[in-house]
Amino acid sequence: MGMINNPEELGKVQKAILKERKKDSGKTQIVVCGGTGCRGAGAEEVVNAFGEELKKLNGKAAEVLFKETCCHGFCDQGPIVVIDPENIFYQHVTPKDVPKIIKETVLEGKVINKFLYTDPQTDKKVVHEKEIPFYKKQNRLIFGNNRYIDPTSIEDYLALGGYQAMAKALTKMTPETIIEEIKKAGLRGRGGGGFDAGVKWETCRHAEGEPKYVICNADEGDPGAYMDRSLLEGNPHSVLEGMVIGAYAIGSSEGYIYVRNEYPLAVKNATIAIAQAEEKGLLGENIFGSGFDFSVKISRGGGAFVCGESSALMTSLEGRVGRPRAKYIHTVEKGLWGKPSTLNNVETWSNVPPIIEKGADWYRTIGTEGSKGTKIFSLVGKINNTGLIEVPMGMTLREIVYDIGGGIPDGKKFKAVQTGGPSGGCLPESELDRPVDFDELIKAGSMMGSGGMIVMDEDSCMVDVARYFLKFLVEESCGKCVPCREGVLRMLEIVTDICEGNGKEEDIALLEELSETIQDSALCALGSTAPNPVLTTLKYFRDEYLAHINDKKCPGGVCTALIEFSIDQETCNGCGACIKACPSDAITGETKQPHSIDKSKCIKCGMCEDVCKQNAVIIT
Amino acid sequence: MLEKVDRILTSHGNDKASLIGILQDIQAEYNYLPPKPLERVAEKVDAPLSQVLGIATFFQSFSLKPRGEHIITVCTGTACHVKGAPRVLGAIERELGIKPGDDDTTEGLGFTVEAVNCLGSCALAPLVVVDGKYQGHVTGKKMQSLINKTQKSKKK
Repeated sequence: MGMINNPEELGKVQKAILKERKKDSGKTQIVVCGGTGCRGAGAEEVVNAFGEELKKLNGKAAEVLFKETCCHGFCDQGPIVVIDPENIFYQHVTPKDVPKIIKETVLEGKVINKFLYTDPQTDKKVVHEKEIPFYKKQNRLIFGNNRYIDPTSIEDYLALGGYQAMAKALTKMTPETIIEEIKKAGLRGRGGGGFDAGVKWETCRHAEGEPKYVICNADEGDPGAYMDRSLLEGNPHSVLEGMVIGAYAIGSSEGYIYVRNEYPLAVKNATIAIAQAEEKGLLGENIFGSGFDFSVKISRGGGAFVCGESSALMTSLEGRVGRPRAKYIHTVEKGLWGKPSTLNNVETWSNVPPIIEKGADWYRTIGTEGSKGTKIFSLVGKINNTGLIEVPMGMTLREIVYDIGGGIPDGKKFKAVQTGGPSGGCLPESELDRPVDFDELIKAGSMMGSGGMIVMDEDSCMVDVARYFLKFLVEESCGKCVPCREGVLRMLEIVTDICEGNGKEEDIALLEELSETIQDSALCALGSTAPNPVLTTLKYFRDEYLAHINDKKCPGGVCTALIEFSIDQETCNGCGACIKACPSDAITGETKQPHSIDKSKCIKCGMCEDVCKQNAVIIT
Repeated sequence: MLEKVDRILTSHGNDKASLIGILQDIQAEYNYLPPKPLERVAEKVDAPLSQVLGIATFFQSFSLKPRGEHIITVCTGTACHVKGAPRVLGAIERELGIKPGDDDTTEGLGFTVEAVNCLGSCALAPLVVVDGKYQGHVTGKKMQSLINKTQKSKKK
C-alpha cells in the first residue's frame, strides 16, 4: 500500500483491507489490552506469553489472530483479554493463565469461569464483554474504537473508515463550511473551560498574521484524569485527522502535539502514527491534491500543571519557561511565536472527524441543550468499577457513580465526587441527581475540567482534600502573579492549621475573603479557580471544618494530629500481625488475646490497619 | 564527557526552541543535569545560562542534583491520595529517611524518592514506580518489602 492520493484511492484502500480481512472473519481473535493501566498490572508479560504459546501451535496458529490494543477503559480488571468473535471477556489474566486460555477457550471453545467478571450488584458471572453493566450504559462514540485498533497499525484505523472525514473536508467542503459545521454541532473544548471550538477556529482564521499554528494539548495535568493519554495512545490517527481538518479550516500548515514526558507510550504511538500518515500522504504536502499542506511535530512537556494553560503552553513550546501572560489579546490572535494559534486538547480533536463525517445535525442529537456530544470521564477513587467511561452529556452523577461505577466498595457510604481537578470542587450526595454538563457543574460550584471524577467515601476527609489541592496548586503556581503565588500559599497555611488542630473559627471567613480576592485578581485560570476546592468543601462540608476547629476531631479519620488509633477488643483475634508491623513498638498483647495500642508511643502511621485482616483497628 | 551533550544538541539542531527536549535527553543520559553540560547547552543554542537554568528549575521532571541508583516514584494524584499515598510516603521516610523535596536522596546515592502528580493509572491506586516497574495497591507494609527487596538485589 503506497501513497493515497485522493478520496477515491482512500475508499479503495479501505475496501481492499476489509476484503483481505473478510477471509479471516471466521477465525478466533485474541485481543489484549496493552494500555498503561493494564501494563501496570502486567499486560506486557501476558502479551509475550500469548506470543510464545501461539508459536507452539505451529500450523494451527495461522487460524488464530492476535491483537494488542491500548486502553479499553475497564482498568480495574486489568490485564484484560477479549476473545472474538465470541466476545468473551477475561479479567486479571496472568502469563501463567495463557496456556489454559489457548487450550480451553481458543482451541476447544470452552468458557473458563474463573477469569470471568462478577457483577458486584448481582454476584453473577458475566461471559460477554457487551453484557458487562460498566460498558452497557456508555455511549463510546470517541473512545470505543480503541478496542478495535492496534495503535501502531494505520490499516486498523483505515479499516474503520479512518481519514474519510478528512477526505470529505478537504475535497468537498470549504474552510468556512467546516467552521459552520463545527459551530452548529456545538462542540465545546474538552480541556477545561468548555469554550466553543468553532468560534475559536473562526477567530483564528480571521486573525491577522502568518503562519498560523494548530496545537494539540496532550499535557494532561489534572490529577486523576487520563482520558487524553488513553486516546492518544490508543487511537492517535483520530487525533491527527481532527487536527488536519482544523488546520485546513483555520488556514494553518504547521501543527504541534504538546505531550507530557510522563506519557512515553503516547509519545511513541503518536510518533509512529505521524510517520505512517506522512508515508501515505495523509500528512505533508498537497494532501489529496487539494493544494493544502500540513505537518505535525511532537514536543514533550517537562511536567508543569500550568502548561495546560494556553499562553503558558505556547511559551513552553518556544523553549522558554512556561508562564502564562495576561490575555488582553487572545492566543487565537497572538499565540505561538506571536502568531494566531488554535489550541484544543486531545479529546476535542478526536470529536472533529465524526462531526464532519456524520454531520452537525446528528451530533446535536447527543447531549444537553448547552453541551453537545459525549464526554469521557475517568471514574476513579473509592469506586467499584474504576476506569475510563464515555457517556452522553447530561447523564446524572448518580447514574455514573452507581449504574456504571457500581457504587462504593466495602459497603462504605458515599461522601463526595470531585470533578474538574484542582480547579474544580467536591460535590456531595445531595448533588448526585445533577445532570453532568459544562454549565450544570459550574452551577454547583465545580467544573468539568478535563473529566476527572474522583469518588470519596466516608473515610475521606474533605478538609484534607482541600489541603491536598492547595498544596498541589502552591507547588504548581508559576509564581508570576502575587494573588496566586502568595494568596494560595496563605490559604494552604490556614487549612494546614485546621488539619493540625490549630484552626480558629474566624479562619473560615478569612479563607472566604482570600478566595474572593484571588478569584478576582489572579492572572490566569490556574489562580482564579484555585479557591474552588476550598469553596465547595466549605459550601457542602462546612460541618467537617467546624469539627476540626471546634471539636478537634477529623470525622474522616485522616488528619493525623486529630485522630487516635485503637484496637477493638471484641474483633481482635490476637494474631500478632500488627505487633510485628508497628514501627514504634506501640502495640502489645499476648498471642490469641486482644492486643492494645500505647497511645503515647503510636505515630499514627497506619501500618497496623494495613496488616489487620480482622478490621479490628479503629480510628477515632 | 561533553561529546554526548554535543550529540544530543546536534540531534535537536542546536535549536533554542527545543531546550526542554534537549534537557530531557541530557537528564536521561546523566540521570540529572550536571553544570558543565548546561553551560555547553547555553553556549550552543546561543541562550543565556539563566534561561537554561530557568527551564531546569521550573519543570518538575528536572533535577540539578545527582539522583540515586534506585528511583522510587510515588504517585500523589487525587485517587492515590485518597487511597493512601501519604502512608506510603511515610513508610519510605521511616525506612530510608528521605522524602520528596530537598532531602529526597539517601547518602551514598542509593535511593531517590520523588512524587509525581498523576501517572494516569488510577485503577492501581495507590501506585508506586520502583526503577520503572509499576507497583499497584501499595500499602506501607508493601512499600517496606519493596525497599528491602531492592536493597537486597543491590548487594548481589
